[in-house]
Amino acid sequence: MLAGARTWFMIVRISLEERLAYRGDFALGTLMRFLPIVTQIFLWYAIFTAQGGADRPLFGYTYTEMVAYFLMTMVARAFSSMPGLASGIARQIREGEVKKFLIQPIDMLNYLLATRVAHKGAYYTIAIGPFVLVFYLCRDYFATGFPPWPTFLAFLASLVLGFLLGFFMEASIGLIGFWFLEISSLLFVYMLFSFFLSGHMFPLTMLPEPWQTIVVYSPFQYLAFFPAAVFLQKVQGAELVRGLVMEVFWVVLFYVSARMLYRRGVNRYSGFGG
Amino acid sequence: MAIIEIENLAKSYRIYQKSEGLWAAIKGIVNRKYKDVDAVRGIDLTVEQGEFVAFLGPNGAGKTTTLKLLSGVITPSSGTARVMGYVPWKREDAYRRRFALVMGQKNQLWWDLPAQESFRLHQQIYRVDPDQFDRTRDELTDLLDVTRLLKQPVRELSLGERMKMELIAAMLHSPDVLFLDEPTIGLDVVAQHNIQKFLKFYQQKRKITILLTSHYMKDVAALCQRVVIIAQGVIKYDGSLAGIVDKFSGHKVISLQLADQARFDDLDRFGQVLEVVPPKAKIRIPRAQVARVLAELLASHPVEDIGVEDPPLEEVIAEVFSQVDHREATQEEILAAAEKA
Repeated sequence: MLAGARTWFMIVRISLEERLAYRGDFALGTLMRFLPIVTQIFLWYAIFTAQGGADRPLFGYTYTEMVAYFLMTMVARAFSSMPGLASGIARQIREGEVKKFLIQPIDMLNYLLATRVAHKGAYYTIAIGPFVLVFYLCRDYFATGFPPWPTFLAFLASLVLGFLLGFFMEASIGLIGFWFLEISSLLFVYMLFSFFLSGHMFPLTMLPEPWQTIVVYSPFQYLAFFPAAVFLQKVQGAELVRGLVMEVFWVVLFYVSARMLYRRGVNRYSGFGG
Repeated sequence: MAIIEIENLAKSYRIYQKSEGLWAAIKGIVNRKYKDVDAVRGIDLTVEQGEFVAFLGPNGAGKTTTLKLLSGVITPSSGTARVMGYVPWKREDAYRRRFALVMGQKNQLWWDLPAQESFRLHQQIYRVDPDQFDRTRDELTDLLDVTRLLKQPVRELSLGERMKMELIAAMLHSPDVLFLDEPTIGLDVVAQHNIQKFLKFYQQKRKITILLTSHYMKDVAALCQRVVIIAQGVIKYDGSLAGIVDKFSGHKVISLQLADQARFDDLDRFGQVLEVVPPKAKIRIPRAQVARVLAELLASHPVEDIGVEDPPLEEVIAEVFSQVDHREATQEEILAAAEKA
C-alpha cells in the first residue's frame, strides 16, 4: 500500500517535471485558455442588449449571472477536460507503446490517472495567478457573493468528481482503440455531445423539453454545468444531493467500464499479435 | 530445473488481407478476407539458468514473436511455456519484477527528461530497495561509461548512448532473465562493441539468463555459446555457433596460389570457382571430395600454396535463410493459387 503510494507520487513528480520541460509552450497554452471566455462574454453581452437590456433575465439568468456562470464553467472545465487523453491512449495502442504496461508491473489506468493529476497540478500552479486576477476583476458579476460553506464543499466535491468522471469517460473512449485503432471520429462525436450537453456553451436550463430531462440524467452536465450551478446556488437542497449521488454513480459506472475495456482490450491485444 | 521451458508453443495471427485498388477497398468495408499466419508453429526449447542464447533467423521467422510470448505481451494459440516457474502471459507482478525485455527499436525512457528520472521511476515501479538501487545504478552507469550523461534529457543523447540507458533501465531491478530484441540495431561498430562487452561481462558476473535476437553475427559470435536458428516458426538448429557450418554446409573452400603462367581457365572442372585473382583462386567443392580434388589439383597444376577452409559462417547462415525463403515463397504461391481456384 505504502509502496503503491510512493510509486504514485513518483509518477506525479516525474510527469510534473516533464510538463515543465517546455516552459514556453506550457505557459502560453495555460494563458490562452482564458481567451474563449472573453469572446463568450462579448457574445452574450450582444445577445442581452438585443433582447432588451442586461437586466432582463433570459432563461432564468441575468447578464451578470450569465458571466458568473461562464467563469465558473471555466473552473469546472479546468478540472474535467482531459486534452489528449483518449487520443493518447489510442495512439499508444496503435504504436505498441501499450506493451510497456504488459511487461512492467504497473497498471496503465493508475499510471495515466497519476500523470493526469500531475498535469492538472502543473496547470493550476501556473493558472492560479490569472484565475485570481480574472475573478478579482469580475467580482461584481457574482451577485450572490461567496456561497455558504456547505455549498462550497459540495462545489469542491463536484469538481473532484468531475475530474474523475472526465478522466474515466475519455479513458473508456481511448480504450476502444483496442478494437478500432483509430478513434478520432468516435472522439469527435463525444466532443460534440460534450459541447452541447455539458453546458459550457450555454446554461443547460435554457434547453426545451425533452432535452431538459435528458440533460439532467446525462453524465455530461457534470463536466461544466453542475459545478457552476452549485457554486451559483442554482441547484440546492435535495436537488443538489441527488445531483451529487448521480455524479458518484456515473463515476463508478465509467470507472468500471474503463477497467473492463482495459482488461478485455489487453486480452484481445495479446491474442491478436501485440 | 531449467529456467525456461517451452513446449510445443505456437502462435498464429489473423491478418486482414487487403487487395489492391479502390473497389477492393470498398468491398473490404463489408466483407473482409482474413488470413491466418503461423508466426510460431510448435517450438520446444529448454534453457538452463545462466545461459546466453541467440535466436537467429530471417525477418518474420518468429524470433520476436517468441520473445513476446515469453515476456507475456501475447498469449499463444497453443502450447505451454514456463519461465522461472511462471506462465508469462498470466502477467503476474511477481514474474514481471524478475525479467526485462529490451527492444532496440522501442524506447521506454521519458523522452524529455534526464535518464536518471526514468531510473527513479523504475525503482518505484519495480520496488527496488533505495540502497541497492544506488549501487546497481552506479555500477551499470560506470560499466557503460555514461555517468556524465545521467542529467541530460534523453532526447539529446545519441542512439548508442540512449541504447545504453535503455539497457540500464531494464537492468536496475536485477532481472534474472533478460530478453533482448536486436539491442544493437542501428549502432556504429564502437557502440556495438561496447554493448557486447558489457553484456558479456554482466551476464557472467550475475549469472543471468539472456535470450537475444540479432542480425549482427558479431553480436552472436561474441556473446552466445548457444545458437537457435528459427525459420518459418520452427527451430531448425540448436547448438553451438561453429556447429552450424558442420550441419548446414556440405562444402569446403579451397584457396590456392599457383605459379606464374599457370592455367586458371580449367579450374571449374574441380568445383565452383568463387574468385580468380591471379595468382590466387578460390574453389568451392563438396566436402566428400576434398581429398580427391586436392590430389588432382596438385598433380595437374603448379601449386605454390594451398589451404582448405570452411566457408564463412555468415555465408552459411545466409544460405540456410535463403533456402528457407525460397521454400516459403513456393508455399505462398501455392496458397495464392489455392485461393484463386
